[in-house]
Amino acid sequence: MTTLTDPPKESFRLSMLIYDTRYRSATIQVIALLFFMLAAAWLVNNTINNLNSLGKEITFGFFSEPAGYDINQRLLDYQNRDSHLRAAFIGLLNTLVVAVLGCITATVLGVFIGVLRLSKNWIVARIMTVYVEMFRNVPVLLWIIVAMAILTEALPSPRDFRGENPEASMAVFDTVAVTNRGVYIPEALFSRSLGDIHVLGDSSLRFDISLDFMAIMAVLIAGLFFSRKIKQSADKIQEATGIRPSTIWKRLGVVFIPLIAVLVALGFHLGYPELKGFNFQGGTHMRNSLLALWLALSLYTAAFIAEIVRGGILAISHGQTEAAGALGLRSGRIMSLVVLPQALRVIIPPMISNYLNLTKNSSLAIAVGYMDITGTMGGITMNQTGRELECVVLLMAVYLVISLSISGAMNVYNSRVKLVER
Amino acid sequence: MNKSVILSAAAVACLSAVGASAGTLDDVKARGKLSCGVASGLVGFATPDANGEWGGFDVSVCRAVAAAVLGDPKAVDFVPTTGKTRFTALASGEIDMLARNTTWTFSRDVDLKFTFVGVNYYDGQGFMVPKELGVSSAKELDGATVCIQTGTTTELNLADFFRTNGISYEPVPIETNAEAQQQYLAGACDVYTTDASGLAATRAAFENPGDHTLLPEIISKEPLGPLVRHGDNEWGDIVRWSLNALITAEELGVTSANIAEMGAGTENPEINRLLGTEGNLGEMLGLSADWAKNAIMAGGNYGEVFEKNIGENTPIGLARGLNAQWTDGGLIYSPPFR
Repeated sequence: MTTLTDPPKESFRLSMLIYDTRYRSATIQVIALLFFMLAAAWLVNNTINNLNSLGKEITFGFFSEPAGYDINQRLLDYQNRDSHLRAAFIGLLNTLVVAVLGCITATVLGVFIGVLRLSKNWIVARIMTVYVEMFRNVPVLLWIIVAMAILTEALPSPRDFRGENPEASMAVFDTVAVTNRGVYIPEALFSRSLGDIHVLGDSSLRFDISLDFMAIMAVLIAGLFFSRKIKQSADKIQEATGIRPSTIWKRLGVVFIPLIAVLVALGFHLGYPELKGFNFQGGTHMRNSLLALWLALSLYTAAFIAEIVRGGILAISHGQTEAAGALGLRSGRIMSLVVLPQALRVIIPPMISNYLNLTKNSSLAIAVGYMDITGTMGGITMNQTGRELECVVLLMAVYLVISLSISGAMNVYNSRVKLVER
Repeated sequence: MNKSVILSAAAVACLSAVGASAGTLDDVKARGKLSCGVASGLVGFATPDANGEWGGFDVSVCRAVAAAVLGDPKAVDFVPTTGKTRFTALASGEIDMLARNTTWTFSRDVDLKFTFVGVNYYDGQGFMVPKELGVSSAKELDGATVCIQTGTTTELNLADFFRTNGISYEPVPIETNAEAQQQYLAGACDVYTTDASGLAATRAAFENPGDHTLLPEIISKEPLGPLVRHGDNEWGDIVRWSLNALITAEELGVTSANIAEMGAGTENPEINRLLGTEGNLGEMLGLSADWAKNAIMAGGNYGEVFEKNIGENTPIGLARGLNAQWTDGGLIYSPPFR
């Protein structure tokens, strides 16, 4: 008979933290973390000490002081007696405007160029290659400056539109003025406007919601919803009887008739730009700084997106294209129905980082005097108040939040289009 | 973790910030060179010539200080700064002093922690327009597009001027004087506004200066002068009295032509004290006895520097006006060397 004895109980000794493989990796990680936190604490402490010895303690009170400077492009009302916070908010909106416009244009251009680069037409494919290499390999700051220089130097200034025999004239039936200060396009006006709702009273983050715009959007969305219903019922009839009823006029009517009705009810008309005094007045003024930045960022990022799209398409086995061709699909439909949907799962992850790059590159706006958040909070406000650390830290936080939001949204989209595996 | 990453990154940015808070004089002597912040190119005030040698009205102040401290007016590292970078450069210790048409204001002096050591040019903000616009007063500028250097006091004055006069304008923010010049000449803005001296200097560089006119309104007081960081009063004294030495030299008739002769000793005790043949003013500053003599020999007295760089016989053609000696009805006035 054998007696089972318990193995001797191992008591924990400190040396086991190093010599026992069960604990070693945790020990190393804890030590590394400690060192990292010490280094961070030293940096922060050093900064605070140095600022104190300069007599500049960290405060954010200056944000409620009047800014004192003007901003030319503002989506919301702003005047120079508003606070620095308001100025930063206006700048933030300008950053978002150019980022959104840039991302949309870059995507459209990039997809076209990427597909065309694979074209069997030799000339087209080569031209696209030259485009991609040219834009990809020159710093975007230079493209921004070039775009601005061309817009400023090549276009006529407003005073050229004056006089008996003006050197320049307005384009598109005298409705659009293209000048070296920007492009003036007709604006939407409502003679029986519903007015605005003021949100957040007098605070620095106040904004207005246009009721006219809301009404138009509501009618448009309702129209699209009913149009979809009509399509679904037509689909049902087709499945049941095999005959598809004609829906095109019904669908157009349900969208456009209410839309036109509401536009007429609101007294919709266009306001045209007109040369008055030094500048064109009226109309919507798209400044050269915005155009140059938008153009340069889109063209530059489009070159990268084109390469991603090309890579995504090449990643789809050629057998798929041939199989689709064997089923009788034309090449355009093969691209849109077979290849691109599959390529998307390869394309979207690198696309996210290009959107992030474009957004971050928009901080080069100051090169053309576009007042984005780097120009307002990180530029004039910082300079006038002398609060470098506070402004830069906040600026970094703002870009971090914008970037994380973009990548969050794109990740959601990615998880929807990625290949569903069974 | 993200938060600490941001903080530490920001801390890295300003780690280099404060190194030389005290003992700037010793630092400069040890280095053998004065590091002086100047404008990144403004004709007459600070521009490099064809050989890369910096010259100009503001540059002369740097050279005078270098001569006083190191005995060599050429021992200067010129650091070109923009309206936006200048204060950070000075606060971080990258430069020892800033001589860059910078307006002395309360908040810069008190809140930004700088010491303005004096005024070397009394200026005011003006407007330049092309003659063909037919504008004769700044009050007629309703709706005009105005080019403006960002990060300057002029930006705030402009906003105040248009606001108080109840007229509107469209600002075009611009980083440097050179860009402003390009935009203005291309007609992307109707008006260029900055200090009147800067406008005159900019206009002098145009192909056809006669096609442009300065409007009569001067909308602000812009006392321009050199400045140093708070916290090193000895260094502030050296820069202040180097500037005062140039001003006093003009008042007492000491010029670069007669300084060698006067340096041997004169009947006027103040000249003797200034040039170091009497008393020990240099020793009090921690400099050699002939510090002021060196400073004056670097480019001449205040009047000579003015005439050579921006005076009426130069393309810039500025009259002395407010910048004449107090004895001639101007505001240039140095405390006595005693």
